[in-house]
Amino acid sequence: MHDATPGATPADAMAADDTHREFPGARTPDRSWRLDANGVGIAINEWGDADAPVLMCVHGGADFSRTFDVFAPLLAAGGWRVVAWDHRGHGDSDHTHLYSFDADLRDAVCVFDAVAPNRPVAVLGHSKGGAMMTTLADAQPYRFQRFVNIDGVPYRRPGPDLAEHQRATTLRADLDGWLAHRRRTAGNTRKPGTIAELARRRGAMNPRLSTEWLEYLVTVGARHDDDGWRWKLDPSMRMGGFGPWRPEWALYRLAGVDFPFLGVLVGADEPMGWGTRPRHVEPYVPATGRLEYFEDLGHFIHIEAPEMTADLVLDFLGDPR
Amino acid sequence: MTTAGNTAATEPTVTLRHNRVELALHRIREATGDAHPLLLLHGLGERTPDHTPDVVASWDGEIWGLDFTGHGASTLPVGGGYTAEILMGDADLAVDHLGTCTVVGRGLGGYVALLIAGARPDVVHGAVIADGPGLTGGAVSPTSQAVVRLADVGRTPDPYALLELGRDLRPPDYALDFVQMATSTSHLDEPLCVAAAFRPTWLEAVAGAPGVAQMGLPDALDLYR
Repeated sequence: MHDATPGATPADAMAADDTHREFPGARTPDRSWRLDANGVGIAINEWGDADAPVLMCVHGGADFSRTFDVFAPLLAAGGWRVVAWDHRGHGDSDHTHLYSFDADLRDAVCVFDAVAPNRPVAVLGHSKGGAMMTTLADAQPYRFQRFVNIDGVPYRRPGPDLAEHQRATTLRADLDGWLAHRRRTAGNTRKPGTIAELARRRGAMNPRLSTEWLEYLVTVGARHDDDGWRWKLDPSMRMGGFGPWRPEWALYRLAGVDFPFLGVLVGADEPMGWGTRPRHVEPYVPATGRLEYFEDLGHFIHIEAPEMTADLVLDFLGDPR
Repeated sequence: MTTAGNTAATEPTVTLRHNRVELALHRIREATGDAHPLLLLHGLGERTPDHTPDVVASWDGEIWGLDFTGHGASTLPVGGGYTAEILMGDADLAVDHLGTCTVVGRGLGGYVALLIAGARPDVVHGAVIADGPGLTGGAVSPTSQAVVRLADVGRTPDPYALLELGRDLRPPDYALDFVQMATSTSHLDEPLCVAAAFRPTWLEAVAGAPGVAQMGLPDALDLYR
């Protein structure tokens, strides 16, 4: 943390806010490359032996592939070529005209086609990435060998259960907010700040993660401009999009999975989670799958407890060879 | 749409900015009387007609048409990602530009007319849902939708628009949410009108809801003039 110093100029503050942070166990990707996904540039990061069996790792909403900087090296050490990409509008991938779940899936297929064409691979998805891969597992099961879903099984919209008249009011407010965002988003830019300021902002969404980790994330997920750091996430994107899609539809698709499946759920609620509990998912767990539940851990279990989570995943995946 | 003979389109075409997309809002015809503007929303794969369609020629206010994202003279996005809600955002900018207006939508444009009538009931003075391409939409429950990559054709209409907006989810209860928002706020007794002969599931639900008229387009225009 860098506190403001009385009398210090912005230039002084910038100078003090150096551009590098270390985090125990965090490792820069072994390989980084870009892919043209139907005109959208997608940034891909890899850890591990380039000739090892592929393990696709799919990040969640508002995250980016470098959030796997600790977790991915642990998986790579287990003998996997870990491949993660930044979704369009996230991380180092292009900001583009339109964003949708379908478009994210299409970009994902481009990555699969480039990395592992015509053969099934191991897949891990976290949060929105888990919901995406559950949907892809239903649409294109031939791409999957084994599937790990880390707290990416929504069972309802986030927020409290509401009476009908309250729901209508909420819907109106959501719609007004969404359209207001669409009207002003043409000129939007992200607010600049110091590493500490960006980390503090992200901390509101990631309250269980350490300041040290969040500051590290700034240095690998934000851009350092002349007037400060800015998260790379496209400012035209907005959490809580508006539309007819029901989060629980991904849950229903889970029931049809016919390859080994591991679902990881957590008990500590936080803003980015769906609050899904085992009782919500158990009816839809396929015969080829199982659930693991961690009462005292949160939505970012792979960041909170990377070694334990990696061991769990590696044990489930088995010998990569 | 067939068009009314020699009623040529007139300038101006207004460019509206929706995030990184430039939308073309065309004035098809100047006012011949006192009515407020009429906004036409085209169907899937269509564009704003060059001339006043016969079916709305009786309207004596200005007649405008909006080219949706990826259609007509509006921007061709890269890599798809269409939703009907994005087109609602397109329409929102158009009604914000025009002020009080009546909206007539063909097919997909009819669905968007419903959405914008629910979203802006204080500005949309009646919305008419008419037959046209893209009226049906896609599933109303979870399905295994193909994840498809398409060849870039480099011009509108965008093939990704045809793919994604031809199968976007339209659950009836979601459509009814917009009916409720329109009817609960509009000062009109019947702020929505179904003029379409074909009624997919979502539209059948809309047509049966309180506050929704059912009549032909000419009568609907009389209702909202």
